[in-house]
Amino acid sequence: MTTANQNAVERYRNNFLKEVEANVEEGDMVKMCMQCGVCAGSCPLGPHWEHSPQKIFMMIRAGKREEVLSSDSMWMCTSCYNCIVRCPRQLPITHIMHGLANYAHRLGLAPKGQPTREFGTLFWNNLVKKGRVNELTLTIGHYFKDGIAAGIKTGLAMQAVGLGMVKAKRLNPMEIFGGHAVKDLKGFHAMVAKAQEIEAKKKGFTA
Amino acid sequence: MADKFAAYICSGCGIGDAMKVPQLEAIAKKEGKMAVVKSHHFLCNAEGVQMIKDDIANEEVTHICIAACSRRAKTEAFQFDGVAMSRANLREGVLWVVAAGKEHDEVRQEMAADYVRMGCAEVKKMKQPAGNVKESSSKRILVVGGGMSGMTAALEIADTGYEVVLVEKSGALGGMAANLWKRQPFKAPYAEAQDTGVAAMVARIAATPAIKVHLNSTIGDTSGAPGRFIIQVAQESGAVVEETVGAIVQATGFSTYDMAKLPELGGGQANVVDQAGLEALAKKANGGAIKRADGKEVKSVVFVQCAGQRDDTGTHLSYCSGHCCGTSIKQATYFKDQNPDIDTVIMYQDLRVPGMGEDFYRSAQQKGVIFSKSKASKVTGGDSCNVTFKDLILDEENNISADLVVLATGQVPNAGVDLEAWNPIVTAAEGGNEEAKVQRDAMRTTSVLKLNYRQGPDVPQFKHGFADSHFICFPYETRRTGIYAAGPVRRPMDILQSTDDATGAALKAIQAVENAAVGRAAHPRSGDLSFPTARLEGCTQCKRCTVECPFGAIDEDERRFPKFNEERCRRCGTCMGACPVRVISFENYSVDTVGSQVKAVSVPEEDEEKPRILVLACENDAYPALDMAGLARMTYSAFVRVIPVRCLGSVNTIWITDAMNSGYDGVMMMGCKKGDEYQCHFVKGSELAHYRMSKIGDTLKQLGLEPERVQTTEVAITDNARVVKMINDYVAELEKLGPSPMKGFG
Repeated sequence: MTTANQNAVERYRNNFLKEVEANVEEGDMVKMCMQCGVCAGSCPLGPHWEHSPQKIFMMIRAGKREEVLSSDSMWMCTSCYNCIVRCPRQLPITHIMHGLANYAHRLGLAPKGQPTREFGTLFWNNLVKKGRVNELTLTIGHYFKDGIAAGIKTGLAMQAVGLGMVKAKRLNPMEIFGGHAVKDLKGFHAMVAKAQEIEAKKKGFTA
Repeated sequence: MADKFAAYICSGCGIGDAMKVPQLEAIAKKEGKMAVVKSHHFLCNAEGVQMIKDDIANEEVTHICIAACSRRAKTEAFQFDGVAMSRANLREGVLWVVAAGKEHDEVRQEMAADYVRMGCAEVKKMKQPAGNVKESSSKRILVVGGGMSGMTAALEIADTGYEVVLVEKSGALGGMAANLWKRQPFKAPYAEAQDTGVAAMVARIAATPAIKVHLNSTIGDTSGAPGRFIIQVAQESGAVVEETVGAIVQATGFSTYDMAKLPELGGGQANVVDQAGLEALAKKANGGAIKRADGKEVKSVVFVQCAGQRDDTGTHLSYCSGHCCGTSIKQATYFKDQNPDIDTVIMYQDLRVPGMGEDFYRSAQQKGVIFSKSKASKVTGGDSCNVTFKDLILDEENNISADLVVLATGQVPNAGVDLEAWNPIVTAAEGGNEEAKVQRDAMRTTSVLKLNYRQGPDVPQFKHGFADSHFICFPYETRRTGIYAAGPVRRPMDILQSTDDATGAALKAIQAVENAAVGRAAHPRSGDLSFPTARLEGCTQCKRCTVECPFGAIDEDERRFPKFNEERCRRCGTCMGACPVRVISFENYSVDTVGSQVKAVSVPEEDEEKPRILVLACENDAYPALDMAGLARMTYSAFVRVIPVRCLGSVNTIWITDAMNSGYDGVMMMGCKKGDEYQCHFVKGSELAHYRMSKIGDTLKQLGLEPERVQTTEVAITDNARVVKMINDYVAELEKLGPSPMKGFG
């Protein structure tokens, strides 16, 4: 059997649905979608997505693993909760979308260069370092994500805002040297590690 | 006892304020020639009614005309046994619809006076129906078909205290349901397939002495009418048993659409089955792993919905059978309950789960049945079946393999002979065509009821071969009185709907035998004691009445005269409207009762510029719509005179001619909706009236009249606003045409 045929045979099987149920937050509700399309019609970002939630759920049931996990759709969700409110089958669509994004990210299948994903990564890495977000390094990191030239350009454009914040004592320039941490940084790191361990166990990841 | 006529005029509800009642009294006395004329300020109260009752008792009044509200109002107060009664509609027909104010006083009074004249004229021609009580009338009920519908009907009838004769073609009761492994849930929480309950019902029937069961039997011949049907039950051995019954419930169910007609969907190929085929496999598995015909355990199954259904190409069934989505869901859970790892895909285009089916749908989703909105274009059978389909959500062509493919084919009703096909063949056979005779005899063998009726051996069919019934108003009534269709022979349905349906039909059948016993009409004129009689010495044997009767009530006797079977008659008067020599009449409704009303109206001279328009309104929909227009105080032209008719089909063209000759400027007929979506209470009445009127244009032209002067319209009961506009537009149109040239010749 050719590969293409192999794919076809695997389609519309329960394998991927089961994988989603096991690994994605509230993934067990995906099978309850009745394909009415109310979510697709309710999403304010609808036209900007590759696939609507309705399609994502059908793709999961159709076993389109690669396409679902590499879709940018889940990353475009702004958590407005319109779909959850309107879903006649009470699917926690927003949660499922975030769960899918998280799962795709962990597997490394999420789209490369997706701005939401990149910013999320930046934010998380910044946060776990000191237990609090360092606004200065986060901002600088964000400005320079596309290279030095783009970073300088954005930095200069935002110069007035930055200086204004320094003047109003909303921004401490000294934070650029690492910044201050939460009181019990060691305890914080232990807490995050434990949480990750629990999640990995729950979702069946091997760290 | 000599006839004595009385008129009672009510001045209540404001009638007395807006109209000159003494003048109306004088008209009833002088022109109406009523022996007794009285008015009362509140005729429908106890005192007013007592006044009438006293006159009936003491003054020997036999015929009364009540000039008060519409004949549809105060029917309980104005109910007097043993007297003939007409009603002149002064309230809904005049007071409430003629514009208020002094400037309209004259036309209002003229309208009221005409209605009094018409009421008096009508009652003079009426007779109190004598009734039609039979010496002996059977109250047993025949149920044809021993499936879920038939068994339910039989048990319901027996539980109500009536005897049942149950005829079943096969060797066992249960029908299609007996072949099911389980049925769709019908009790809360509607989540799991349930036992069919067939065995319990069969046992109950066996334990019910009031139910006589004929297995391996068919109907050999049916003759008679409600209350006196004679059934020849043909047994397998060739023996014939005669049964006398009062009514019939036809629960002959459905056949599955033949899969062989679906070769593109794998019909006839290995491991492609229909839903009935899967039930057989599931029954064989008896709760274990479901195996294919070749013995291999099924690990993946695809259900193709709407196989040969909802087809818009005209090749297959064009309708939805309603039960198949639920059935496929049920069958998918057969697999999932046995082994959750079996892949089950249901390919649907629109999932339809009526009733509580939505809960069952959810339950199947919980179990992991995959629902895919898609259309299968090709199925190939074999060891590994393959389905080519288009996913309608993802908008892409795809294909999938499976161990088994189940096609959800539809229900085809077992309604017997299609009379549309039967009639031309019989006509040819009667004309001596030998080939047609053979064809006719062959066709008769496929009949279910083998009715000995002039109009054919089975109940008339509607769209798609289902038994015709009035979908909105009286679903169980077929077009043969005393024969009630129940279950999928009437429209596609599932078991739960069939049992409800059978219960309804059982009750209608009981009503029918009770009505037949006392000579009363069945729906929609239930309780009516009048029936048509024909003055045969005037009959020309044209056969129009026998052919046009929508209910097959009229046979032909040996001399080819019409033979009325009162018990089969619905009292619509379509025969009366059809009769070119006007020999058919009812005691209280005849060519004369209406004709005399037409002629009683005082038609003003041409120079008075007061046109007169006759409105013949169907009493079922149009007349109530007019009453409701009055109730809503909508005003229409005071130049119209409305006469309610039993059905537009009862309108005899002589009334039109009479009206035109009397100088009316126009005639407007209001009937129910006709055609495929008909709402006519007598099914064909409105259609026939429209057809007949389409032919009188030439006659009008010969009289020098414009064809526009006669209009035939369709009015629904909710059309109160529309009907007012129709009248007013028509009056305006007639004013443009000018007065009728016939005025003054009448």
